[in-house]
Amino acid sequence: MNYAPQMNRRSFVIGAVAGGGGLALGLELPFGPRGASATVGGPEINAWVAIQPDETVVIRIAKSEMGQGTITGLAQLVEELECEWSKVTIEYPTPGQNLARKQAWGSMFTAGSRGIRESQELVRKGGAAARQMLIQAAANGWNVPSSECSAAGSVITHKTSGRMTTFGKVADAAGKLEAPKEVQLKDPKDWKIAGKPLKRLDTLEKLTGKLVYGIDITLPGMLNAAIRDCPVFGGKVKSFDAEKVMGMKGVKKVVRVGESGAAVVADTWWQAKTALDVLPIVWDEGENAKVSSASIAEWLKAGLDAEQAFVGNQNGDAKAALANAAKKVEEVYSYPYQNHATMEPMNATALYTADKCEVWCPTQNGDAALAAVIEASGLPAPKCEVHKVTLGGGFGRRGFTDFIRQAVAIAKEMPGTPVKLLWSREEDMTHRRYHPVTQAKMVGGFDANGNLTAFHMRISGQSILASVRPENLQSGRDPVTFQGLNPSGPESGIGYTIPNLLIDHSMRNPHVPPGFWRGVNINHNAIYLECFIDELAHSVGEDPLEFRRKLMREHPKHLAVLNAVAEKIEWEKPRAQGVHRGIAQMMSFGSYVAGATEISVVGDSKIKIHRIVAATDPGYAVNPAQIERQIAGSFVYGLSALFYQECTVKDGRIEQENFDTYNSMRIAEMPKVETIVMPSGGFWGGVGEPTICVAGPAVLNAFFSATGQANPLVSAEES
Amino acid sequence: MARFTINGKPHDIEVDPTTPLLWVLREQVGLTGTKYGCGIAQCGACTVHIDGTAIRSCSLPISEAEGKQVTTIEGLAQNGVLHPVQKAWLEHDVPQCGYCQSGMIMAAAALLMEKPKPTDADIDAAITNICRCGTFQQVRVAIHAVTNA
Repeated sequence: MNYAPQMNRRSFVIGAVAGGGGLALGLELPFGPRGASATVGGPEINAWVAIQPDETVVIRIAKSEMGQGTITGLAQLVEELECEWSKVTIEYPTPGQNLARKQAWGSMFTAGSRGIRESQELVRKGGAAARQMLIQAAANGWNVPSSECSAAGSVITHKTSGRMTTFGKVADAAGKLEAPKEVQLKDPKDWKIAGKPLKRLDTLEKLTGKLVYGIDITLPGMLNAAIRDCPVFGGKVKSFDAEKVMGMKGVKKVVRVGESGAAVVADTWWQAKTALDVLPIVWDEGENAKVSSASIAEWLKAGLDAEQAFVGNQNGDAKAALANAAKKVEEVYSYPYQNHATMEPMNATALYTADKCEVWCPTQNGDAALAAVIEASGLPAPKCEVHKVTLGGGFGRRGFTDFIRQAVAIAKEMPGTPVKLLWSREEDMTHRRYHPVTQAKMVGGFDANGNLTAFHMRISGQSILASVRPENLQSGRDPVTFQGLNPSGPESGIGYTIPNLLIDHSMRNPHVPPGFWRGVNINHNAIYLECFIDELAHSVGEDPLEFRRKLMREHPKHLAVLNAVAEKIEWEKPRAQGVHRGIAQMMSFGSYVAGATEISVVGDSKIKIHRIVAATDPGYAVNPAQIERQIAGSFVYGLSALFYQECTVKDGRIEQENFDTYNSMRIAEMPKVETIVMPSGGFWGGVGEPTICVAGPAVLNAFFSATGQANPLVSAEES
Repeated sequence: MARFTINGKPHDIEVDPTTPLLWVLREQVGLTGTKYGCGIAQCGACTVHIDGTAIRSCSLPISEAEGKQVTTIEGLAQNGVLHPVQKAWLEHDVPQCGYCQSGMIMAAAALLMEKPKPTDADIDAAITNICRCGTFQQVRVAIHAVTNA
């Protein structure tokens, strides 16, 4: 694959920060060198906080906003500043500024439900340090000790004399002071802004059509490009006949993009797309054109019993215990390729001149976007810049930089002219990164008393890291494969204790490139584990909730969210006629999550969902109202994946090209999601992704309860 | 040449008559609030009103808009006052990424013109837009809030 190595380039720009983010933060205040200012400007107190003379408080946010409310949550965490919330606004420092200021804002990568949890300490410390500096500046002006002064609501008061001033008045002086070496953070129970269900800061412009997304960028003299990449991943362009379209209205140029793509540049995108549709292109599709979903499935199936596998979790001796089990249950599940289908298709706008390359793009990873621009333009870092633009959805797709490289490659062919590259929906559906394909074989063993004594899960299939960050493999093993199945730890430990347990992975990497995908591996792992647990419970005639509780005694946080949804859906009470319940739990992106549903089955296989209850313990709830929206939305995403979304492979290419064959749930199909946000404190879990993983199994387990079919082909019924 | 009215202003536009209204609005009139999502009238991100009725502008050739009144998201607020649907959307913090919301709001506004007090079933039938963030719960709450305002 041409595109596999792209993420490696991050390392030369951002060094050890890759993937780690805010890990070094406890040691010193990472404000970086002063100087290069962010966009709105000062006076800058520190990298995170600037205060304008009119008292506007500008919080600089490193992470991208792609719908999850991240920027609002991070702005709330400026709590420590003691400023007036109504004065708060935010801005994005550019990736170039982050580079120039030695990663003052930490990692810009916004993925893995880390938007808030990875930046929170930086923002809080930035706010606390700024508050101390503002108070010090006021105290200096009054010639009193700063210990006699305090701040609240953007006002600084000298307690003894009652004198007052405002942040805006002392901001200039504060910005000239040394940053404090240490700051004290509030106990979260004393939060006044964070922890509250505040409205988002970015709503109004989304209601009037004024907000500029990447697709809306307009620059003087800008041209528009439409692109077609080889439909077979790994294939190449052999030739194209530009003359056939050069006379068409508006068409300015036809360019080859890398080894595998061709683009038409025209006055308008519609003209470019119309010409591209009739551009004769001859592809060299290569060996991958022989691959189909069936051939991939066959290859993965062989991995279910392969000798060699990477171990993800192990205790006792599962194989021996299974051999001696009084009773065994075995099942094979599978999970398909899926496209992110962000509402806004991939796009980037690039302007290349001999001594500068600038790109405007919706990206989840500003640092990687800048690295891509540096590499694709061939210009040194100080001559490159990326302007982050609002994302019309990310879901992991916009952490990649393939479309950015394409835009730069096209702009390089037209120096001095800005070019906006926009993928058609068809191009977006059929190209680059997919939720990886896997199968899983699970075997459970019981002793003569019906106790579960052994469990083996063999996952066979694709590794994301092997494709996008091979340097992060651990002696060949992809740790991300085991999301939700790990022994323990802060991110995604399994919630069951089973005396003999083995979870391992036979890695098989088909040519379809995999990528991170809202939740990714946790989504299929949760279906594999949680649906199989129901099958195990059923096989010994036990209630699935009680069966889980027995295995979860050593996992109180997992158990707490499970119990919360069980109570809310009134698991113990009789179901109405024809109504069936399902339940599931998981630990995901540092949060403990559970879901319970009530469904009925229409005909043989149509599911009508009556109720969804979901609980999460994310440690801290920075904005409970936005968490509720993320939970409700994650069920739409997770259930769309369950009911509708499968990318199939034929002749080496993806068959689904648009929403007519790759559907997404509509309002009629979604019942209300009843949410329980139950932060227990002491850790920072994610919010955007975790609950997706229980959506599928909570519904499938209800279907299993109704029909005895564990792995159905289901389609949604409008409610 | 196409002649029609956009948000109350008459326009004469030199354009190939097969060009979809969406791309005329976005690329020739400069109204980018109406979004491209699928190009095949599936997702509804491009929803605008033509003579008061919600239509998917990605699949309407500009020739069919000839002489008609087109309202886009930019024309929904009147004299700087938000439309009741926009107010409800603000009050209930509906958007997540926001990309589909122009179309969602236009669909909701058209529904409310036709049925000032829509039932859940009316909403289910009329609002068929795709939202990948999954804002449906808030969309439903906000539509009912307009009714009850």
